[in-house]
Amino acid sequence: MVTPPEIAAEESQPSAPTYTLGPKADCRDAFSQTLVELAGSDPRVCAVVNDSVSSTKLKGFMGKYPERFVNVGIAEQNMVGVGTGLANGGMLPFVCGASCFLTARAMEQVKVDLGYTRSNVKLCGMSSGMAYGQLGPTHHSIEDIAWTRVIPNLTVIVPADAAETEAAMRFAHATDGPMFLRISRVPVPSILPKGHVFEPGKAVLLREGHDVTLMANGVLVSRALEAANALAAMGIEARVLNMSSIKPFDEPAVLAAARGTRGIVTAEEGLRAGGLGGIVAEILATKARNAPPLRILGLPDVFAPTGTAEFLLEHFGLTAKGIVDASVELVGSKLPAR
Amino acid sequence: MQSEVPVTTQRQSPGGVSANANSLFDGREGDPAILKHLANRIRMTAMSMTNHAHLGHTGGDLSASDVLAVLYGGVLQLDPQQPNWPQRDRFLLSKGHCAAALYTALAMRGFFETALLRTFMDPLSKLNGHPDRNKLPGVEANTGPLGHGLPIAVGCAIAAKMRGETWRTFVLTGDGELQEGSNWEAAMSAQQYKLDNLIVIVDRNRLQQGDFTENTIRMEPLADKWRTFGFAVTEIDGHNTATLREVLSGAPLEVGKPTCIIANTIKGKGVSFAENQPAWHHGVPTEEQLRKAAEELEAEPVW
Repeated sequence: MVTPPEIAAEESQPSAPTYTLGPKADCRDAFSQTLVELAGSDPRVCAVVNDSVSSTKLKGFMGKYPERFVNVGIAEQNMVGVGTGLANGGMLPFVCGASCFLTARAMEQVKVDLGYTRSNVKLCGMSSGMAYGQLGPTHHSIEDIAWTRVIPNLTVIVPADAAETEAAMRFAHATDGPMFLRISRVPVPSILPKGHVFEPGKAVLLREGHDVTLMANGVLVSRALEAANALAAMGIEARVLNMSSIKPFDEPAVLAAARGTRGIVTAEEGLRAGGLGGIVAEILATKARNAPPLRILGLPDVFAPTGTAEFLLEHFGLTAKGIVDASVELVGSKLPAR
Repeated sequence: MQSEVPVTTQRQSPGGVSANANSLFDGREGDPAILKHLANRIRMTAMSMTNHAHLGHTGGDLSASDVLAVLYGGVLQLDPQQPNWPQRDRFLLSKGHCAAALYTALAMRGFFETALLRTFMDPLSKLNGHPDRNKLPGVEANTGPLGHGLPIAVGCAIAAKMRGETWRTFVLTGDGELQEGSNWEAAMSAQQYKLDNLIVIVDRNRLQQGDFTENTIRMEPLADKWRTFGFAVTEIDGHNTATLREVLSGAPLEVGKPTCIIANTIKGKGVSFAENQPAWHHGVPTEEQLRKAAEELEAEPVW
């Protein structure tokens, strides 16, 4: 785990939240600003899009570096292939498009051209999860984690806020190999400090607690922190971990949670099957002794109904209240009986 | 992207094909008859590899051998001592199932020992049934599923334009392979970016795994398809090494346009019992058939 200096270790006492929630921001802004900065210092950096100039917020990049901006049109298989060829030719491509199309339509290219080939291509899946709300399940990307995490060699990152989006972009730039970054358009509160450094395979400890462990990523992290506050008021101390690094994954953090807390709740904006909760379940079932009970919050095996992103998150219980309820069910309420 | 990037860097040529002592190409490749013989050695080696592995894609190996001999016998600017030389020409075998022929050409050019060819598809061999660039020097792309090579080649060609480099990118596709829609996505982007450093070679042997292409999904008029997608197109005899050498050396056909060379070939070329036989898509030759092939090709394997 990445442990902030204020928190010594797993053995530390329950404490006030280390990270508090700041103003909301759209992670795409951090993404596009960082990409412009990276391009300014590294002539290899280029962008490939599928007509998605505005939805990826790359107008600024296109204006500043038109010679390093490739728009392949509405053609995702070609987009990922072109990224692979650019990497072969010594460039460092960020291939950006709506996550629903980028992953699903180009899945074989992601598997073969990126994962199997180990191409130095960074996939930026924008507006992931249910961010496109009312546009419906065609435009939702609730499956992308299950799909991408099973591809060998592919690093998978789900940033929690703007600072972590910037950190993940800088990590992607500095580290060789294929990656998938899942970047939401749902405005999220700022959590991590400016200048945060992304570490692969490391959970970020946001709050210490020994009753229950809350593991979340993406837009669910701030909700997990809110849940922890509510639980604290009920006398339940929750450890909150930001699991932004889906692959590699912080197995020791899961085993530490299994040893040090009485239950684990995972929360993610995607299918329960194959996602964050699924990974934790695999680790608990195969590696932990006396694994504590686990609750996985996410979408069941359904396509979402019509509604805004906010409505849909609430519909599926992906809220602070949903996390509180699951936690109480697992470890019980410590409130004195009336 | 702005497509007309001025050329700022001149390549330092790594030397001709004969500069490498390990190369079986010996500098006489300007002679079409010698190239033809080298192509037949690729054929004979690929068939021997398929015989060894009891698995392979004989028909396509034989149709593509002349193209490979001409490319690796002098057209491609490469340095086997530095397989990742940044300014090398790129060659992508999009029809990755014809790996045996590619491996042979790479070994003949000196990228690795010809003895390695005897491990084709053996357990833990570097020579997969389909090429893997992480295992073998000289391989540019991991291909096998069809329709991947051209999009990657477009990326290679755009990279050269972005960097102001003069390398050329060649990609060899099957004809049945062009039924994959990703090729046409890539073709549209190639014309949009005026990739005159991109040369698509179609191995037009008119057969795919199950049947003739025209009985499956009709490809004709194939040249017109490429023309309307913005390519400069020529149709040539894909077994005429002199013509191949002239056209491939001289590409692009037209400044400002990507090039498509439709190489009319015969699947199973050079071996009477395999020519034009759908069953020889992945037919495996017996020892007796190998001897007959060697007589007809007047060639021995390079291993």
